[in-house]
Amino acid sequence: MQITRRRFFRVMGAAGASVAVRPPAGHAWQSKAPPDPFGCLVDLTRCVGCRKCEEACAEVNGLPEPERVNCQCTIFEKDRRPDHDAYTVVNRYYTGKVDEFDKPVPTFAKVQCMHCQDPACVSACIVGALTKDETGAVRYDVTKCIGCRYCMVACPFEIPAYEYFDPITPKVMKCTFCYDRISKQGGVPGCATICPTEAITFGRRSTLLEVANKRLKENPAHYLPHIYGEKEVGGTSWMYLSGVPFEQVNLPALPETPSPKLSETVQHSLFTYLWSPILLFGVLGGLMAWFNKNDNPPDKGGV
Amino acid sequence: MAHAAQPLKRPLWTPGVLVMLVFMFAGAVAIIARFTGGIGYVTNLTNARPWGIWVGIDVATGVALAAGGFTTAALAHIFGRHYYEPVTRPALLTAVLGYTFVVIGLLVDIGRSWAIWKPMFYWNFNSVLFEVAMCVMIYLTVLYIEFLPIVAEQFKGRVNLPGILSGLNRLVDGFLQTADRILGKVMWVFIILGVVLSCMHQSSLGSLMLVAPTKLHPLWYTPILPLLFLTSAIAVGYPMVVFETTLTTASFKLDSEVKILAPLTKITIFLLGFYMVLKIGDMVMRGTWIYLLDGTYQTNSFLAELLFGVMIPWIMLLFKRVRQSARGVFTAAALIVGGVVLNRVNVFIVGYRSPLTESGYFPAPSEILVTLGLIATLMFIYRVVVTYLPVLQAPKEVSS
Repeated sequence: MQITRRRFFRVMGAAGASVAVRPPAGHAWQSKAPPDPFGCLVDLTRCVGCRKCEEACAEVNGLPEPERVNCQCTIFEKDRRPDHDAYTVVNRYYTGKVDEFDKPVPTFAKVQCMHCQDPACVSACIVGALTKDETGAVRYDVTKCIGCRYCMVACPFEIPAYEYFDPITPKVMKCTFCYDRISKQGGVPGCATICPTEAITFGRRSTLLEVANKRLKENPAHYLPHIYGEKEVGGTSWMYLSGVPFEQVNLPALPETPSPKLSETVQHSLFTYLWSPILLFGVLGGLMAWFNKNDNPPDKGGV
Repeated sequence: MAHAAQPLKRPLWTPGVLVMLVFMFAGAVAIIARFTGGIGYVTNLTNARPWGIWVGIDVATGVALAAGGFTTAALAHIFGRHYYEPVTRPALLTAVLGYTFVVIGLLVDIGRSWAIWKPMFYWNFNSVLFEVAMCVMIYLTVLYIEFLPIVAEQFKGRVNLPGILSGLNRLVDGFLQTADRILGKVMWVFIILGVVLSCMHQSSLGSLMLVAPTKLHPLWYTPILPLLFLTSAIAVGYPMVVFETTLTTASFKLDSEVKILAPLTKITIFLLGFYMVLKIGDMVMRGTWIYLLDGTYQTNSFLAELLFGVMIPWIMLLFKRVRQSARGVFTAAALIVGGVVLNRVNVFIVGYRSPLTESGYFPAPSEILVTLGLIATLMFIYRVVVTYLPVLQAPKEVSS
């Protein structure tokens, strides 16, 4: 517990030097989004709820066959979410829209990982098991995962699912954007390949935005003037067009700020080059030397 | 020193200890179930609600309540207030045990417990959790180093291991001798390091929820959440020492430490007051007070946290009559401790709203048993340690 003057100044000198060389803390947060990733445009006005995408997804990714594969009726009675057995699901919503015979018109909506441009899950993952790839896919590396589930806490779309009943080697389960396919020339995700009504369009994100804007312009009465995913949480690779409000089909209203912006700014401005802990160490060391200068060392150790 | 810390040498197997054993056994059964059937088998966690009481109580609250360790170390050793040294050892022990059990709680909670070492090799500097994990890991090591001299003091020169282990006597004794000699000289580094690391991860625990702006209720989601976590941890440090010292001295029928504890509460008026100003100021600045009278369980929980955990004990401590009575000091301290517990539970559980799925989460019985089992084990080991190691001030009449 004793602290001699000379030793103290040596340590403080080192601490001071490391603080002096640090660059100005808190430089502005920058998006790490890939410049022009792939994406998918889902046009909810075209979806007929055939659930072929669910089937194709399960096949491509080696998941169990979807529940009641050929049933387009009772399956829609419950609101489903993607889980450890399904990377994507289609739900049916009645939003008050009626046809010419006053019969309610359903809207079908497919959900899967949105592959955010600045994903909260990637920022949160303690070991970097989740990464945003150049293709736009948010990829999961099970060999790094420790199962903390912070990615699930972070995701604003409530997407990552967990193998809660695997006691030793559970995995985080979510849409892979069929990475093995889209990373090859001409590859298209399973769901986008099979969709019979072309409700899912695969392509470069910039191209998809053009396509979407064109559809909005040509048929303004058909759509709400909003491309969901263009700006939500800083933009997502998957985007939606719809004729009914997005919140009514379980696509949450979200701010335009990327989710990780605040936490990363706070962390980095505090801990870049560990300047604040080193400074704190120096200050406390100084105080300790000052307050204890007249004391004989108290009983050694045994704090 | 008038009367130094001593092993208590009281009988260990009291009825209270047997009750703890029952809880420990039940917790162990639940932990076995978790490692055979999976997390889903013993908890009510879902995809919409990935964190429950194991994170909210075992980890977040455990870390906050271990704050007595670094706050008393700072007071007695850094700021040179040696008057408070009698309470630093029990506070240090609480911190050592608290953090050890944070790690054990995490081992139960994370899906791949065997992979817990991976953050040491795969670094994600953007992850707040990474920073927390690193600090907790290093700080736990620092705590064990700080505790080593207490072990040395008791066993140095008289290591006497049973049976075949006796061959190691010389080696262990040599280790204790050397450690004691070296640590005496460099302990100041670890004392300061402990305070620095605590400040880092106490605040970062608050930053954990910053990445989920749409999921935490606005009453708690604020950019100054890290500062609130840090200041509340510092404010709860001394009340926690008061709380546990009072319980310990009452339970072991030791001399009351109220003389030392009373001035601690005076510091608490300032620390807790600072936290209260921040918390209320933040609410006013962001205009979130409009939610206060919503009547939902979330806003009610916030009100309870603020009223019973901060404002009432703060007002109580303003009165000299309260500060001078053992009962008054204990009640105020207990309220503050309860307030911080509720705050952590609120931030990680009550205030968490899953955006799409209704997820009314209430912990499953086996989830609760694991938590109770861990707390019982912690209390049991505390008792074992103070029985055999010099941590507490022995009552005067027994001291030789």
